[in-house]
Formats: sequence, structure tokens, C-alpha cells
Amino acid sequence: MTDLRAGRAIGASHFDRLEPLLAQVAKPIQYVGGEVNAVTKEWGAAQVRWALMYPDAYEVGAPNQGIQILYEVLNEQPDILAERSYAVWPDLEQAMRDSGVPQFTVDGHRALGDFDLLGISFATELGYTNMLTALDLAGIALHAKDRDIDAPLVVAGGHAAFNPEPIADFIDVAVLGDGEEAVLLISGIVRQWKAEGRPGDRLELLMRLARTGSLYVPSLYDVTYLVDGRIQRVVPTHPDVPWRVAKHTLMDLDEWSYPKAPLVPLAETVHERMSVEIFRGCTRGCRFCQAGMITRPVRERSITGVAEIVQRGLEATGFEEVGLLSLSSADHSEIGDIAKNLADRYEDSQTSLSLPSTRVDAFNVDLANELSRNGRRSGLTFAPEGGSERMRKVINKQVTEEDLIRTVTTAYASGWRHVKLYFMCGLPTETDDDVLQIATLAKEVIKAGREISGRRDIKCTVSIGGFVPKPHTPFQWASQLDHETTDSRLMKLKEAIRSDREYGKAIGLRYHDGKPGIVEGLLSRGDRRVGRVIETAWRAGARFDGWSEHFSYDGWMTAADETFAQDAIDVDWFTIRERERTEVLPWDHLDSGLDSAWLWEDWQDALDEVAVDDCRWTPCFDCGVCDQLGTEIQVGPTGVTSLPMPEVRAGG
Amino acid sequence: MASRRPPDRDVAPVVQRIRLRHARRGRLRFSSHRDFQRALERAIRRAGLPIAFSAGFSPHPKISYAGSAPTGVASEAEYVEIGLTSPRDPVAVQVALDAALPPGLDVIDAVEVRTGDFAQRLEASWWRIEFPEVDPGVVGAAREAFWAADSVEVERRTKSGLRRFDAREPVVWMDAQPEAVGGCAILEVVVRHVTLSVRPDDVLAALRQVADLAPPVPPRVTRLAQGPLDPATYAVGDPFAPDRRD
Repeated sequence: MTDLRAGRAIGASHFDRLEPLLAQVAKPIQYVGGEVNAVTKEWGAAQVRWALMYPDAYEVGAPNQGIQILYEVLNEQPDILAERSYAVWPDLEQAMRDSGVPQFTVDGHRALGDFDLLGISFATELGYTNMLTALDLAGIALHAKDRDIDAPLVVAGGHAAFNPEPIADFIDVAVLGDGEEAVLLISGIVRQWKAEGRPGDRLELLMRLARTGSLYVPSLYDVTYLVDGRIQRVVPTHPDVPWRVAKHTLMDLDEWSYPKAPLVPLAETVHERMSVEIFRGCTRGCRFCQAGMITRPVRERSITGVAEIVQRGLEATGFEEVGLLSLSSADHSEIGDIAKNLADRYEDSQTSLSLPSTRVDAFNVDLANELSRNGRRSGLTFAPEGGSERMRKVINKQVTEEDLIRTVTTAYASGWRHVKLYFMCGLPTETDDDVLQIATLAKEVIKAGREISGRRDIKCTVSIGGFVPKPHTPFQWASQLDHETTDSRLMKLKEAIRSDREYGKAIGLRYHDGKPGIVEGLLSRGDRRVGRVIETAWRAGARFDGWSEHFSYDGWMTAADETFAQDAIDVDWFTIRERERTEVLPWDHLDSGLDSAWLWEDWQDALDEVAVDDCRWTPCFDCGVCDQLGTEIQVGPTGVTSLPMPEVRAGG
Repeated sequence: MASRRPPDRDVAPVVQRIRLRHARRGRLRFSSHRDFQRALERAIRRAGLPIAFSAGFSPHPKISYAGSAPTGVASEAEYVEIGLTSPRDPVAVQVALDAALPPGLDVIDAVEVRTGDFAQRLEASWWRIEFPEVDPGVVGAAREAFWAADSVEVERRTKSGLRRFDAREPVVWMDAQPEAVGGCAILEVVVRHVTLSVRPDDVLAALRQVADLAPPVPPRVTRLAQGPLDPATYAVGDPFAPDRRD
């Protein structure tokens, strides 16, 4: 193995070794750091040092809210240092291998292997192979069991960490839920252990983390299997390691007013705006939605808290757009006042406001109108998700065809020219007919739009995502649709739209084939045995699996066939197989707060096409979160309807 | 139903234009022209400068850029002009923008615009090329071979496809330093701006062609100056000179 350190001190910059390589690769700016609001602290002054990695390209990773928030939270601590790292593209990876340059942080260009902790945020399972590339380039042993006392502790977070079993071999710790308090908890434990002179080797540190009951250390749990391949038991290896691990829930968003000074990337990124999370969690109860299930309960940021973050963030960044983020932003109890007040305040400052919300109702159109007062009204997006009334009952998306037509009519009447509709294909119990009704809906939308606007140039784009069943949702037991059937349904839908002489040309269709969803499904609901598939696929070249130009379905299937050659299990077993009530699921020992009995009941309700209401405006239906975590729904109104006036600044 | 029209905003007129000279240094030499554009627009907002905007649905800030050095090349002489809706002291603008831009994108000079035809004033560029791990004698020999040639045809892929052009003719001055500086051989070049401008990488391609100069690591290039060309001395002058008040 080449000497990655090249004689340098721990914590030293490797930029001079990286620099010659940058002249040979695409978009070198993404690797140099130096953004406005970036932080580089002195190595020696810190007791606990974190490298925070987003396992995708800089253009996707840099705007990520989770990493930005943790970066600020950690760097605010005087004795903690945090730097960022992103996946390097294959051109730089090769150059780094050739020259022995280690995976680095973009802030100080320090080697990842020098840090105490490597925190990796997995928004999606498709970042797993990029983690392996980073570990390998950093000279960190791929398998947690092979790491010595000096190796960084590899900590996984993000939504995919709610089932970290497929990456259990590669990580030391997984954190479920909100990271703000969790990273400080971990830092405290590491700080203490180091101050004591690192007693008891790495195992002692892992034990201390595991004993909290809210940090999952996979190596301290044994998994046994039945002969048919199902899991028999998941058992802690030590008496004081808890049987179940709880998620972290931040209860008062206004006390965690982040980000304060977001990074302003020099390189172009996917979201260039001042993002503020207006609430966390969602109780709409869409059964396919893992984010909605695992982030409960709903916790709103107050109208003044939102205003403060926006004002401070715009001053710190100079961004020309504000994004009001959440899982369904129109659902904030005071969103009308928030939108109006921000629109008033920034009306003359060339600052645009965006609110990613896909709710199918007239109020959502009113909001969009308010936010686009002076701007162009191009596209407006709604997400009915299911094509037929029946399908929408199964997934608990309570939207009727009448609602949709009324809503898009309002949109076209307010000057919007283009309506985008999101749907899913491959939902449980779905038939060809359910998907074909998407075409019928889209035609009705155009018909209604032409009538109200009196124009023929209005458009509707239908975007279809393949459904992948996710852990901690009512559909965690469901059979995933095989990719052949997915593709055949999409083809039928395409034909149904294309062949329509009256409306076909006004309807655009965007979709992906079903193959990537199968790999995502394998990684989402996989257990520890899938780890070997990931490693095999990665060794055969899998990288950047979320990018169609890099993704190789055949590569993954070959890796799975090789791995499972002697086993009772295969890819179909993990994906298209329906699970029974009694089966031990790989993530059953990880507690998202949702009561498993409730999830099963909701799954049965789905099959019976029974709807469940939102507990923000109807009585509690006992999903289990509030009881179990001692939390509660936090929604307004706060009684405050206007924003505090900001100081008047030069230029305005 | 009537179409929506752009809002009848009172578009504040430009009352003052300021020309800025800025540098691109260190690791930020890897920023592209577009990267700089975004960074500058945001720095103007952070600095609270009264920038003027165009009218319409998508107002754009009134900023115009002179030809920028290629990505990966450092520069001490990039130029940009901004339009303001109320007058400001040029030095105060320079200081405020420099503070609002990240270190490495540095605003180093500013004048109030009093003359037109600024772009025409940028007649030539003076470049310095550093060759790490190359012997100054080798660079010197390459310089002699290049200088002796009447023309050196090189190829470059442009937006309109592969182009072949002479990289020798626009080079009016070239000097190889006899001693290494910081482990690097140093070559300095003055290139006249022509329609398909000859860039430092074209000069490097030409040196490779005439003298087989193949540096083991990529050379580091810096634009030292951009401005009017003195036909007698080949010195590159200060393009702000006509705008400066005595």
C-alpha cells in the first residue's frame, strides 16, 4: 500500500499534492473549498475532530441541509473541529490512486484518516458504494472489525440509517433521527474517552456509545438466521447493550436556529438558495413515505423563528432565493402569514421565494401566487401520487379527481401555463388500469385548463417515480413490483398518452425504467448479508449509483448472484417477496417510535382501501410516536402574525 | 384571459458605473468565469451595494465582464464593470466587495467610469508560466525554438468544433528566466488579443510542438496584466489610466 501520508504530520494539508491533479479533472473548483462561510480551525486546538461526508458529488452534497447544520453546530464548540468531504468523481479517484493522495476534506484538505470521527449522511441508499470509495481512498479499513484504535469512528446518519444493516460491516455507529443533539452526545463521549487516555481500546468506546440506548453499534449485535433465509433473532452481544435503539428527536426547532451562515458554494450546485426548514415531521400518513413516518411528530418553527433565519441567512450569503423547506410546506399552520410577510418584506429586493409544496388544493395555488407576485408563473407542481381513486385510498393520499381538476383549473386561471403532476408506479395492489388512469387524469387536466384559460398552449408534465418499499412504513411488508412489469406498465401509459390526438401533444411524460428501483429496494430492505453484495459490486466498479450514466444494473445483479450463490436468498427474496406479520425484519430492533402493531394495522387498512386522517386536525390514532418518545405534536398558531421589522440596510 | 405582463416596476436608472480590477489567486484559480459571476452577484448583495437591475420578469444586475482568464489559470488582472443606482466612492466599493468575496477572489483596484470603449483598451495580456520540476535551460531552449519559428499551428476544441490556428503570430514578447524560482522554471509571454485569442495553453501546446517541452506536472499560469500594448516596448499598460482623476 502506498504511503498516503507522504511523511506529513497528522492533520496537515495535502493540497499541494492534490493541486497538480486538479488541472487534469473536470470541474476542479468542487474540490478546493474556500467558500464564503467555510470554517477551517487549527488542528491542535481541537479535542474532537469530525469529518462530515456527503457521499455524492459536491454539486449535490454542498447544499445538503443536514451536513450544513451539523457543520455549524460542531464548529460552534470551541474544542470541536468539523470539516466537509464529498465523493470524488472517477477521474479524480483514478488520479488520486495513481499519486497516493488520500480522500480529503475540502476545508483544510486534511486526510480523512486523521480525524476522530467520520460522519456520513445517507439521504439515499445509493450512496453506499461512494462510502466504500472514500474509506478506501482514505486508507481506512473497509470493515469496522479491522479498524485499530487510531482509525476514525465511522458514523452513519440520514434517513437511510434507519436500516443500516446492509452497511453494518462498514460502519461503527448509526444514528437514527435528528443529528443536532446526537453529534454533541457522541462528541462528549469521544472527548471523555480520549481525555482518559483511550482506555479499553476501541471496544470500550463503542460500548460507551451503545449504552446510551440511542446510538446503534452494529458490531455489538449478533444476527442469526433460519434455514429458509429469514432472520431468527437479533441479540446484543453484551448484557449492558440495550435490545432496542431509539431515534433522536429535537423538540424545539426555535432553539436550534440553523443554518445561521450557510455556505455559498463557488461551484454550481443543485440548490442555490437560502433554505430554512419551516417544520420537521409530517403526519399526513402517506403510506409509501418513509420520511413522513420516521420524522414524526410534527414540530413547527415559529413565524418569527423563520423570519430570523431568513434575514440573517440572506445577509450572510447574498443568495437571491429563499426556500421554505419541509415535507409539505403548505401544511405549516401559519404558512399564509409567513408567505405574505416574506413576500412583502423582500418585494423590492430582487429576492425570490420558493415553497416546495405539492399539495393538491386551491390554498396551495394561492400560496404560489403570493410567492410569484412579480415573477414569471411557469410551472406549478402537484402530487396526486396515485392515478386512480382506488390507488390513492391504498396509499392514503386523500385527493379526489374533482380536487385535482378544481386545483389545476385555479392554477391555469391564475396565469400558470404549465402544471407538473407527480405519480408513482409499482404501488401495492396496483394494476395496469390504475396506471392507465394517469393518462385519463392528465387529459382531463388539459381539457379543464384549455377551457378556463382559453388557450391551447398550456402544458402538463407527468413525472413517474418507481415505488420502492421502505423500512418503518406500512408498506415495509409489501412486495416490490418487478422491473419488467413496471416497464410494461409505463410503456402502456406512454402509448395511451401518445396516441391521443386531442391532448397527447400537450402532455409530457417523464419516467425512469424499473431497474434502479430494484437495487434501491435491495439496499433499503436488505439485511447484513447484503453488505457482501455492496462490497462485491463496488469492487467490480459500482460508483455514483444515483446517476444513470454511472449506474450498472447488470453489475449489481452479477454481484448479488455471486454473493448468494450458495444461499436460500436472492435479489427477488429481498425485493418482490411479501413479508408476513411474524417475520423478524432487519430493522425491528431500531426504534423509529412507530408502533409495529399500528404499522401492521395501517398496512391492512391499505389493503382494505381505508383512509387514515392527519392527527394535526383529527384525534390521535396511536401511531405510537408521541407515547413512546415522550414527544408531542407542536403546531401553531402562535398568535404572532407579522414579522419583526429588520434593520434597514444600505441598498435595500 | 389576459396574459400576465412584467410588473410596472420603477426601474431605478444607473447613475454611476464603476470599473473594478480583481485577482483570482491560489486555489480559487480553479473557479470558472461563471463561478465568479455568481460569487460577485452574491458579494454585491452581501455588501449592500445599490446595484441597478434590468427591467422585466427576470431582472438581471447591471454587470459587464471583460474577457476572463481560462479556468485553472490565476490572474492579477481581470476586469468588470457594475452600474449603481446611487453614487459611491470607488475605493469604498472596492473595499466592501473585497471583504464580501472569499479570500482568493480579491478586488484590487477601482475607478469611476469616465470613458467608453473599455474592451478595446484590453489589447494584450502579459502571462507568467511556472514550470515545476523543469530545468530553466530546457524552457530557455524551447523559447528559442518558438521564437525562431515563423508560425506554429496548434489545435483547440472550441464551441464551434476543432479549430487550427497560428499560436506564434500574436505572441509579441517572450522571456525565459535563466534561474529557477521556487523550484520552477519561469517563462513570461505577452500576447496580443486577436479574434480567436491565443491562450496560455495554446502557447504550451506550441512549445511542446516545436521543442518537445513536456512538463511532468501541469505548469501554473498567471495573467499579470491586461491592457493597452506599447508597440515599442511591448509593455502592457494600465487600462484604467484614462479614467483616473489626477
